[in-house]
Amino acid sequence: MGKISSPQELERYQNEILSKRDPHQPCVTVCGGTGCHASGCHQVIDAFRKVLQDHSQGNGINIRVTGCHGFCERGPLVVIYPQKILYQRVKPEDARTIFEETVLNGKVIESLLYDHPTTGTRIVHEEEVPFYQKQMRIIFGNNGNIDPTRIEDYLAVGGYRALSKALFSMTPEEIIREVKKANLRGRGGGGFPAGVKWETCKKAPGDIKYVICNADEGDPGAYMDRSLLEGNPHSVLEGMIIGAYAIGSHEGYVYVRNEYPLAVVNIGIAIQQDRELGLLGENILGSKFDFDVQISRGGGAFVCGESTALMASLEGNVGEPRAKHIHTVVSGLWDRPSNLNNVETWANVPVIIERGADRYTQIGTEGSKGTKIFSLVGKVNNTGLVEVPMGITLREIVYDIGGGIPGGKKFKAVQTGGPSGGCIPESLINLPVDFDRLTEVGSMMGSGGMIVMDESTCMVDVAKYFTNFLKDESCGKCTSCREGTKRMHEILTEITEGRGKPEHIDLLEELGWVTAETSLCGLGQTAPNPVLSTIRYFRDEYREHIINKRCPAKVCRVLLRYRILSDVCTRCGRCAKVCPVKAITGKKKTKKEAGEPFQIDTEKCIKCGMCFETCKFEAVEVQ
Amino acid sequence: MIPFVIDGQPVEGREDGNLLEVALDSGIEISHLCYNESVKPYGACRLCLVEVVRNGRSRMTTACTYPVIEGIEVLTRTEKVLRARRMIIELILAMCPGDKLIQDMARKMGVHEVRFKKEDKDCILCGLCGRVCDEVVGAHAIQFAFRGDRKEMIPPFGGEAMNCIACGACVIVCPVDVIRMEEEGDERTIIRWKRTLKMKQCKICGNYFAPWFQLEKFKEQVKLPKEFFDVCYTCRT
Repeated sequence: MGKISSPQELERYQNEILSKRDPHQPCVTVCGGTGCHASGCHQVIDAFRKVLQDHSQGNGINIRVTGCHGFCERGPLVVIYPQKILYQRVKPEDARTIFEETVLNGKVIESLLYDHPTTGTRIVHEEEVPFYQKQMRIIFGNNGNIDPTRIEDYLAVGGYRALSKALFSMTPEEIIREVKKANLRGRGGGGFPAGVKWETCKKAPGDIKYVICNADEGDPGAYMDRSLLEGNPHSVLEGMIIGAYAIGSHEGYVYVRNEYPLAVVNIGIAIQQDRELGLLGENILGSKFDFDVQISRGGGAFVCGESTALMASLEGNVGEPRAKHIHTVVSGLWDRPSNLNNVETWANVPVIIERGADRYTQIGTEGSKGTKIFSLVGKVNNTGLVEVPMGITLREIVYDIGGGIPGGKKFKAVQTGGPSGGCIPESLINLPVDFDRLTEVGSMMGSGGMIVMDESTCMVDVAKYFTNFLKDESCGKCTSCREGTKRMHEILTEITEGRGKPEHIDLLEELGWVTAETSLCGLGQTAPNPVLSTIRYFRDEYREHIINKRCPAKVCRVLLRYRILSDVCTRCGRCAKVCPVKAITGKKKTKKEAGEPFQIDTEKCIKCGMCFETCKFEAVEVQ
Repeated sequence: MIPFVIDGQPVEGREDGNLLEVALDSGIEISHLCYNESVKPYGACRLCLVEVVRNGRSRMTTACTYPVIEGIEVLTRTEKVLRARRMIIELILAMCPGDKLIQDMARKMGVHEVRFKKEDKDCILCGLCGRVCDEVVGAHAIQFAFRGDRKEMIPPFGGEAMNCIACGACVIVCPVDVIRMEEEGDERTIIRWKRTLKMKQCKICGNYFAPWFQLEKFKEQVKLPKEFFDVCYTCRT
């Protein structure tokens, strides 16, 4: 296939691809996303390839390695077409059985199915799994259907139809109007209306303008942008080309962190394929519009996700933010008008253009339209990537999609918005999730991290963990951010190690206020959120640490006290044997002697918890 | 010139100017550490905080990085601003408790004690030395390295600053005076950048007047007769 030079030719090519595909032809799809990769999908893929090669009937049966399906908890995931049978936690040795039983004979293998967590019934098809039922996968859904390295797969699901529509039946102004009408808000964290941004950039003086995709996702535990770039890179590129056409830009950059090797490879392949088919480069689809994209690999500094720091890094300078009184849409990369949106925002654009803003805005709340992909992790049964309509409650995400808290433990809080987000307590679990509601309760949407915490999580410790991350990732330019996060971390360490003072809470609040109010960029302005939100909702837990020197969640090691209950102690002596500092004394019970109950010398005890772990009789108590 | 108001006083500023320079020119004192008119505003120390009221909305910002805009109202001494500045100077004082200038500034702002663990750093990371070296001298001898609280102003890889011409601009511009220049015999040393250069003797008076390396760099940059660089500044006039 050479370059496609008209919308009609694109449509013909799409029809040609579809006509060659028999929907009844068996196909084995294996998820090749990040989560499944970690649980060994590549061995499964190799096993399938070998089975297909060895077997006399293996010829003509396709195996497709797709992007992330989201249900990472249950990986490696395998879906057998045309029946769409979902097998979870598949091992390489299952490949032969799946092929012989299911692919050839259409029989379902019960043991590989997903069990409904409450009813216990076995679920055969992907869409019947509760994890997927409340989701609305308009951006993420195609990940599981396509091989990200094959542009034909993207074209087969209607890819680049939006681009064709934008280039040939819409003016740049109409596109901007449509995006504004859809009220697409930036998915990278700020929630700024993308249409307004595009319009300002379009109107900004200058011949050379840049379009940038921010793929510097750096929140611990968040990987939705990564999975989109890995699993469906063409959807991001299609969004960028439409945006560039609307703004009047001819050069684009994808700034992607180098720690995402598969994302770098897949977006690179996608760009190359687009150039070959005439979807990037000069005269795209014969429209006389020129646009090309280059990849810039980031070194992995969290702060480079901030727009001005990202542009500094793109220019080859140190990734340090600058003041934005003159916006980057007017003067950004190399002092030229630059429009930056994140991966997920760009991926929303083709959906808006194809469906139209009216249909798009039917999803979501008043101020936040469409869907949002969250990375649901932590103390929750179904960890993974979930795409939900804006306005869904936290309860629905945690319990209906996430399947609740494992081990029968109690829900305590959910942290949204990445490291500089806030912790939302149980009392707010019915909160509808959208940009404005999350900000109101002292957290934020961020790029969509969602960490569930149960009763065994110490909120002071959580605040300390995130503050430590931010302290290390602050670029160090502003006194308030560099010193503010450092001092907050220092005080939180004091509190968790039993040296907290009553005045520390006020000091933390004061420091948090100054850091948020006076720092230059978004990192510093949101850095105190973990501290301020945990103080706001869990002040008593701070007090327990400071006044009673106790950690209610039994996490802060220094504050723990171990004790052996003498009436429960069977005098077996196992605890004394494992104690690394010989802090436990007593007399072992023998046939001749009754022995003496064991005791812990609290002075010597280093609170390692070995005795607690070892005792079979629950005679060791932690306070 | 663009008119606006600072603390009720009508003032005027250049189109590409910033609030701090206008305030200082108008005799309105705003404490600052990382600002110097010879280089671009940077906004690192966060001391020159002010409140800016624009279109009826007020926000706190650093005066050095805020552009001159017609009709804005700038408030330099509101309770909010003073409270924030006090915390900033306390944070800087905790970094460099031994520095006289910082101690004085803190005292003037009403900060008499430090509630944090005291460190014994000398550099306040304002970046002026590096910026002057880049923007004014053009030597690019030193740079910030690392990030967060490990941030440091150092020569490349912490070794000798091989691009340093020992001009001493960084010495002069440092607000806390921690960059030292020493001369002994025919050698000049910038101690902090581990740079020692041999000096040239003036053809007239015989005094050592500038490092050879510096004069060579200047020769490349300016079109002046070669002999110009053989004579010291005093003998030239």
